[in-house]
Amino acid sequence: MDRRNFLRKTLSFIISLGALGSLKEILQVIPAVAEVKNGETAKPVYGMGIQIDKCIGCGRCVEACKIENDVPQEPFFFRTWVEKYVIKKDGTVIVQNIANETGAETVPEKDILRSFFVPKLCNQCANPPCVQVCPVGATFSTEEGVVLVDEKRCIGCRYCIQACPYGARYLHPTKKTADKCNFCYHRIEKGLLPACVEVCPTQARVFGDLKSMASPLVRFKRMNKLHVLKPYLNTEPKVSYANLDGEVR
Amino acid sequence: MIPQMTEKLLELLKQVMGYIYPNEIEIHWSILIVVYPYLTGLVAGAFILASLVKVFNVKEVQPTYRLSLLTALAFLIVAPLPLLLHLGHPTRAYEIFLTPNLHSAMAMFGFVYAWYLMVVLLLEIWFVYRQDLVLWSEREGFPMKWIHKIITLFSKDVSQRALNFDGKAVKIITIIGIPSAFLLHGYVGFIFGSVKANPWWSSVLMPIVFLFSAIVSGIALVILLYMIIIPFRREKLDMNCLDKMASFLFYAVIVDFSLELLDFIHRLYESEESIKILSELVINKLFVSLFIIQVLLGMILPLGIMVLIKLFKFQDELRKLLYFVTVILIQLGIFSTRWNVVIGGQMFSKSFRGLTTYKMELMGIEGLITALVVLILPFVFLALLLKIFPPWGIKEPSLEKA
Repeated sequence: MDRRNFLRKTLSFIISLGALGSLKEILQVIPAVAEVKNGETAKPVYGMGIQIDKCIGCGRCVEACKIENDVPQEPFFFRTWVEKYVIKKDGTVIVQNIANETGAETVPEKDILRSFFVPKLCNQCANPPCVQVCPVGATFSTEEGVVLVDEKRCIGCRYCIQACPYGARYLHPTKKTADKCNFCYHRIEKGLLPACVEVCPTQARVFGDLKSMASPLVRFKRMNKLHVLKPYLNTEPKVSYANLDGEVR
Repeated sequence: MIPQMTEKLLELLKQVMGYIYPNEIEIHWSILIVVYPYLTGLVAGAFILASLVKVFNVKEVQPTYRLSLLTALAFLIVAPLPLLLHLGHPTRAYEIFLTPNLHSAMAMFGFVYAWYLMVVLLLEIWFVYRQDLVLWSEREGFPMKWIHKIITLFSKDVSQRALNFDGKAVKIITIIGIPSAFLLHGYVGFIFGSVKANPWWSSVLMPIVFLFSAIVSGIALVILLYMIIIPFRREKLDMNCLDKMASFLFYAVIVDFSLELLDFIHRLYESEESIKILSELVINKLFVSLFIIQVLLGMILPLGIMVLIKLFKFQDELRKLLYFVTVILIQLGIFSTRWNVVIGGQMFSKSFRGLTTYKMELMGIEGLITALVVLILPFVFLALLLKIFPPWGIKEPSLEKA
């Protein structure tokens, strides 16, 4: 084999190896081929359970979250919020964000069929559309199943905000990067609870490791009939709701 | 910054109808993102018109061949600008090349764009103009002589063999170029069509609708430019060429209209969970821009005019006037289409319970004035390109033999 031939063959070998590698990467798009990302490691996989019947709509979780996570105080930016549902006897549904009830319709008690509060937050999907669409990989899933945003890398294109079916993301008005709930990652890494869970007076929010049998979350999942938001979108949320009403979207 | 923004959002908050998720008040993709697909659509459409000459041998359209290529290039140069201006961190835009997320449709932007600019448009224009550039640079004075010389990359060969090679290269590039043009704009459609969270966007038809509306807008733009530039040069419009282009425009509009109608009927017939809020959206927020501008003025009226032109043998002057009106109406309609997709898709809540409002800024970086500048800029580039690569007074046959 002369030198030219040798170089040519080596080069084509390297190129085809590279091509094979990238093919594997591209095939990851297909769900059946993609590796299971959560639950493989010894690390915990975090989730949250929400007991709708226990929420009294006090809004302390929203307040604590804003303080803990540097969320602007204005009523257009939320990492977590609480919705108040009023279903009237005539079937009409009135929904309000409890942090912003200005101009809200007051329904006389005799017209109310049922009413309840629903805390909302990022669902930390196992199959997150926001991670899929981020062009630069600034938003990603950790091994613990938490979806994070790297604010040093985010370019502020807002595709993730469009892709989130739950409206959980917003553009931080001063940082100009996408922001959302991360289960208070800085706290849970130290073994603390997320701020919203910590302050909830009725323990409507249950936080824990989905893998550990000792976690309160597993007990919550054993004791309740559960539902997630928009299951038909196949996002596989890790936030589940006990006694979720069919009107909640 | 923040107090201003707060004031604006508080104002919007009062106009919310029903319930929206609290983070949804702000419309995130603004007028600039309306302009972006409009511009790329014009690029793809103009290129496809040009390729009619080279690949499908439509001789009648020859007079606009070079104009179409230059138009495509001028608009492509500006196309990334609205995206860049819109980013929260424009200085980090390069990350889309350095660390692209291969699962993201948007990450492909850089590659699709670079491919189209470098491999398709620049290369094709270079091969098309090489002979003329060599000849021009031989008889011109400073500075055009040197500009043209540098653009030819100092090649001098104008032998028949070299010219044959040029011709062959152009043909091959055009053949690669057609699927690339489809890719360029189909991909923009995919960015919207693949958002499953948004029922207004999420549709497999989206890339195809984008593509045909692109072809419509591109052909209409080249007709408009041809009708403006040629009289300015005190030359006569080639009515054969104009009729042929209008004919292609007519068919493209019919396909586009049918696709959009299909999408509309399909949604209505399937009548999914989102149908109520989408109907409210269309009636309350998009009535004028969708029914009046996009459908009535932008499609049905131009179609009617073109049918009349086909049925009756109007005189040249009247035909010119009607074509002129038609292409302007079509531009208006296609811009409206982009508006209805981009802005419309963000005006309803993903809770399907309410609508928000878009209040366009006038001055800000994402305001009306920026958008107008971005829309005018391609014409400035085109004027420059027409100076450097004058498409007129050229005998094409030397290339035709190849």
